[in-house]
Amino acid sequence: MSITENASVRQDRSSRKPPNRMFKNMTAKIASIPMVFTALVVFIGCTVWTIYHSFTRSRLLPAPDKWVGLDQYERLWSTRRWLVSIENLAIYGICSMILSLVIGFTLAALLDRKIRGEAVFRTIFLYPFALSFIVTGLVWQWILNPQFGIQSVVQKLGWSGFAFDPLNNPDIVIYGILIAGIWQGSGFIMVIMLAGLRGIDEDIWKATRVDGIATWKTYLVVIIPMMRPIFVTALVLIASGIIKVYDLVVAQTSGGPGIASEVPAKYVIEKMFQSQNLGQGFAASTMMLVSVLVVLIPWAYLEFGGKRRD
Amino acid sequence: MNIIRNILVGTTALCAATAVTAADLEVTHWWTSGGEAAAVSEFAKALNEKTEHNWVDGAIAGSGGTARPIIISRILGGDPMHATQLNHGRQAEELIEAGLLLDLTDVAEAEGWKDIVNPSSLLDSCTVDGRVYCAPVNIHSWQWIWLSHKAYADAGVDVPSNWDEFVAAAPALEAAGKIPLAMGQQPWQSSGAFGVMAIAIAGIDAWTAVNVDKDAAVAGGADYARVFEAAANARTFAANSNVQDWNQATNLVITGQAGGQIMGDWAQGEFAVAEQTAGVDYTCLPGLGVNEIISTGGDAFYFPKQNDADIEAAQKELAALLLSPEVQVSFNLKKGSLPVRGDVDLSAANDCMQKGLEILASGAILPSGDQTLSPDTSGQIEDLMVEFWNDPSYSAADAQERFAAIIADAD
Repeated sequence: MSITENASVRQDRSSRKPPNRMFKNMTAKIASIPMVFTALVVFIGCTVWTIYHSFTRSRLLPAPDKWVGLDQYERLWSTRRWLVSIENLAIYGICSMILSLVIGFTLAALLDRKIRGEAVFRTIFLYPFALSFIVTGLVWQWILNPQFGIQSVVQKLGWSGFAFDPLNNPDIVIYGILIAGIWQGSGFIMVIMLAGLRGIDEDIWKATRVDGIATWKTYLVVIIPMMRPIFVTALVLIASGIIKVYDLVVAQTSGGPGIASEVPAKYVIEKMFQSQNLGQGFAASTMMLVSVLVVLIPWAYLEFGGKRRD
Repeated sequence: MNIIRNILVGTTALCAATAVTAADLEVTHWWTSGGEAAAVSEFAKALNEKTEHNWVDGAIAGSGGTARPIIISRILGGDPMHATQLNHGRQAEELIEAGLLLDLTDVAEAEGWKDIVNPSSLLDSCTVDGRVYCAPVNIHSWQWIWLSHKAYADAGVDVPSNWDEFVAAAPALEAAGKIPLAMGQQPWQSSGAFGVMAIAIAGIDAWTAVNVDKDAAVAGGADYARVFEAAANARTFAANSNVQDWNQATNLVITGQAGGQIMGDWAQGEFAVAEQTAGVDYTCLPGLGVNEIISTGGDAFYFPKQNDADIEAAQKELAALLLSPEVQVSFNLKKGSLPVRGDVDLSAANDCMQKGLEILASGAILPSGDQTLSPDTSGQIEDLMVEFWNDPSYSAADAQERFAAIIADAD
């Protein structure tokens, strides 16, 4: 989603250029026609189609003539399962955004201190990213299983009162999923951050050392601001991962206990294919799109609108 | 070498004689537990042995809830299998209207399905505008509770003979460290168990008013209030039953770790695989021992349309085969379900199946939820039930209010 948004914003800007530039660099423009076409048809076209059908009473098959107005949305927002899903996504999203960035950057900064065996650590930290969400979910389901996992290991070590069973507790089950998500994703963020840190000129470090600035302060006030584009990339990657979280939940808890770990994407899929109610699924997916746009539009405005004023 | 050549020659001759081209028929279904797999292999065996065609098994693991979306998206997406299991009723309604399923009317007429299928509501569920679109293969009823003799013996109480006794015996089971009621966590199980309790506790009239006539006043009324109270009670009995799949829950009953399980008659197959005997190792009570009535939903096979006359002929052959007497008997004995035709000999059936057959013969039958409620409404009820069964703070009154609202919107 965010990629197309970027592309379309960029297109706006290029179309504002003087007309004689239109024919400059023709080869590149011709080469990008398939992608432009895909963006228009697949992303914009299908989005419009979906939004239109969310106002209909489509059941198993799309029914463009059965117009019902906002009924699907009214039902959606009065459904407890959807409200729980939104709440879970908010908790998962905010925590995973902050923790991924903090853990990813911290690990990258530690690795960047020219430590011994960097390659080994890098591999270890990145390894979880090679696993799919399904495998991650299953692995953590076992790790968090009270009879076999962490809880029983700690209890066997002597702390017999130790209880850590997030997946069977409706109040904290989403954090159990969060742990798995962070474990899987933060290594990748670390690698991106590490690449960013390697891009910082050695002279900057020398200069701060000459000025006697503490290392942690250098990171905070000099290095992080310089890595802004890297942070933006990481942010977009994390955000798209959050909004589409589905397989992790399906593998780890399948939404349980009860409906305590439901997420919006799962609601969409189940309404569309299991309950055979496309209209309801489309309404839910349109709300997901709206929530993305609510975050994305102000950000795009700040990011691109701000630069033009410079 | 000679033998093989002879077989090959023989096969060729047979092919030429019957002038049927052998086809590989891919059949999708979600029968994956021990008893179910044994039953479905009877179909495969019959097709491979009695016809030229080959059964290509397309089992989809997980429950119907997992498999149905896969099956339906394959049909809609233009990659249809040759035959597929679905619960007959309203799940395939729109597929039929869209013309994606093969019309089996000529097979039905040739085989006289109208006269042999009993109860006739099963065939009615396959019929749209006078045309037949599916082959019913069995009758499944939800209204059973399975009780473990071992669990009750360990707890030192008698095996209950109805729901009230079951409730009364629960504390003794808990004291003996048993789970009174085994319950899988999948939504359809919570919803199904609730439906069973509704028929047993609220009675048939109230159930019909809600499920067939969609009367929200009854759904919010006093009869259903008792059902929700009972369900809230049952929720505490099932609190320690942390399993997902229904057959894992059945296994708790088989091994005597749990007192009972409310589950449809497909659980029978699991007891058979574990070599347990009805009346000795376990007891089954239809209608929770209160209202001896069964709902007659079941499984049916649908045949998505193919653009190939040979395959179409093979599909019709399979459809006819599924309802043939021998296949009906061998399949249903393994599956623990009742045959769709009343004219077959099922003296080999065990106690529980005999009970089911008697009820069926007496005509104490209801349509199943699959036949009366749309998948959308069932889905909403499942969402409600899975939340209700898992969240002890969700009060019976709140759940009932929500339930009445769903019924009011039902179509």
